[in-house]
Amino acid sequence: MKYLSEFRDPEVVEHYLEELHKVATRPWTIMEICGGQTHSLVKNGLLNLLPKQITMVHGPGCPVCVTPLNLIDKAVYLAEEKGVILCSFGDMIRVPGSSRSLLEAKANGADVRILYSPLEAVKIAQEHPERQVVFFAVGFETTAPANALSVLHARRLGLTNYSILASHVLVPPAMEAVINDGEAQIQGFLAAGHVCTIMGLEEYEPIVQKYHIPMVVTGFEPVDLLQGILMTVKQLENGEAKLENQYSRVVKANGNPEARKVIEQVFEVSDREWRGIGNIPLSGWEVKASLADFDANRKFAISIAKASECADCIAGQVLKGIKKPFECSQFGKGCTPITPLGAPMVSSEGACAAYYHFAEADVA
Amino acid sequence: MISLDCPMPKLDFDVITLGHGSGGILTNQLLESGVFDLLKNPLLDEHHDGAMFEWSGRTAFSTDSYVISPIFFPGGNIGELAVNGTVNDLAMCGAVPKYLSLSFILEEGLAMKEFWEILVSIRRAAEKAGVSIVTGDTKVVERGKGDKIFINTSGLGNIHPQAHISTKNVRAGDKIIVSGSIATHGIAIMSVREGLEFETTLTSDSAPLNHTVKALLDEFGTDIHLLKDPTRGGVASVLNEVARDSRLGVNLFQQPIPVLEEVRGACELLGLDPLYVANEGVFMAFVPAEKAEEIVQKLRTLAYGQDAAVIGEVTTEHPKQVVLHSRIGGKRVVNMLVGEQLPRIC
Repeated sequence: MKYLSEFRDPEVVEHYLEELHKVATRPWTIMEICGGQTHSLVKNGLLNLLPKQITMVHGPGCPVCVTPLNLIDKAVYLAEEKGVILCSFGDMIRVPGSSRSLLEAKANGADVRILYSPLEAVKIAQEHPERQVVFFAVGFETTAPANALSVLHARRLGLTNYSILASHVLVPPAMEAVINDGEAQIQGFLAAGHVCTIMGLEEYEPIVQKYHIPMVVTGFEPVDLLQGILMTVKQLENGEAKLENQYSRVVKANGNPEARKVIEQVFEVSDREWRGIGNIPLSGWEVKASLADFDANRKFAISIAKASECADCIAGQVLKGIKKPFECSQFGKGCTPITPLGAPMVSSEGACAAYYHFAEADVA
Repeated sequence: MISLDCPMPKLDFDVITLGHGSGGILTNQLLESGVFDLLKNPLLDEHHDGAMFEWSGRTAFSTDSYVISPIFFPGGNIGELAVNGTVNDLAMCGAVPKYLSLSFILEEGLAMKEFWEILVSIRRAAEKAGVSIVTGDTKVVERGKGDKIFINTSGLGNIHPQAHISTKNVRAGDKIIVSGSIATHGIAIMSVREGLEFETTLTSDSAPLNHTVKALLDEFGTDIHLLKDPTRGGVASVLNEVARDSRLGVNLFQQPIPVLEEVRGACELLGLDPLYVANEGVFMAFVPAEKAEEIVQKLRTLAYGQDAAVIGEVTTEHPKQVVLHSRIGGKRVVNMLVGEQLPRIC
């Protein structure tokens, strides 16, 4: 497959691995921010090919994992109590809320639909003028343009039965939170390629400067990841801290200005609760007040009790890179993808699920 | 023999109503108006409560229910799936399928035109597989209590005299052959599922595998240790079942696994792993290492076997575990599918 197979070429992979083995002389701890990167590292068996000196720590960039419990409860409430057609991305529907997941709500009769695009949800709203349609708009900067576009599209069509339950989170504040937390001792970052495709590089330079930490915007294929790791390690070995772009075939320095315009029309920055991590100031987007009619949070009277997380789940420490999934007492025992206690066990991008599904083969 | 066009008979009704499952006049009208003629054979022609026939020898008996949505999809419909599915289950037992039963649960309101099209597909699939539908049943449920049409088929067939298929035969060192490109059916279905529609020329690979399997058994007999068709749960789930039941390990090699370019692309886009996507016209064979190449060559000359390849081997290492050797030399455990494969966010 063009633009993919080249980045999975075994010979190129071997070349980068050899380079890495040569270059890495000291132990380094690097965090890959994005869940897609975690997924690829584990799925391709890359972790056990890396030099022993390099420790990859998995970051908080899994949208499903960081969506607050409270918001899942809201989605379930809307689907069950308000009788809305609740549309969602696929891996969101199995995430446990405080009493149940959207999948369980669906089994109980709620109208929950899995979609690939929020524009599909607008179409459903058009086809069912008698029903309220809510799209569960989760994600990082990556999914925001499409979610925002759906609102603008619905407004253009004059729809009064479409709204989004937005839970957008932003990468740069989360990176700073991870650094400031300090416990994970991150020495370098692989920044999230797809997020930067939208946002560009600008907002990362200040973080690199402020914390003197190397950062390489990195793609998702094996060759991308190895190249990104190599570039980071070279900086570390040389005592440098620069912002570099490994994923330049996709990421432009100024990102995608058109997409950002759409985002700006619909969303404004707000404080945001991250599941497992807590409140991070100015780390999310919410629907602007002027578009309140398209904001499910404002449109519906949602009354749900404040819920608390399962006490045994260490998702927060996993998301901050402090602990590896298998260091959790419940991993693979009380907590499996069938009976997840926390969100990282649900999404295939969640570190716990990635380890559960694709753990390095323990071959004797 | 009815002409292959099988035009729909003239009827007083154009949708299925509750009365068609009542057993009374409407049921009879439905059956007499064309269903019996369409599926005609001496045992069915008796129109009795069940089929009566002589039978002897080692036998395989299998049943399956079909609840697919949408009922029409690129490359087929629920009807041929219902025939091929049970035919293939029998073939995986090393049997030569002969008789099928056919039960419908219809939802009130199903268009007669659609039902007829499904019946015609059933007949064609039965002809292609060389099986007779000898008994059946039709029930109708109220609107909203079904999903247009559910079908159950059960089948009987004598086991091939040379066949001895069992998980107990699987040995360390056995090679694992897949008969064709994987994940095609599941992706073809997904391309037309509500909310996920995407444009593709992919069609389902639903096919009767019994003739291909019989040809293999004719030539290789007990060298075919085990046959499995990786339908729901895909290749990964079947391999995990075998690893669990045989208490042996499986090494799976990513490089030779045949996946159509278009399927590969769709899986990338949708965030799905082809190893977990359903197949309908593909089977896996566990065979002795020294025979593997010969069997692959033979398969490539047979219907539905052109893309056959060795994709793995059985090992005493890592018992009960399936380990994938990735294209780039990494290793990872491949687990059984958990719930449904859900599309990823980004």
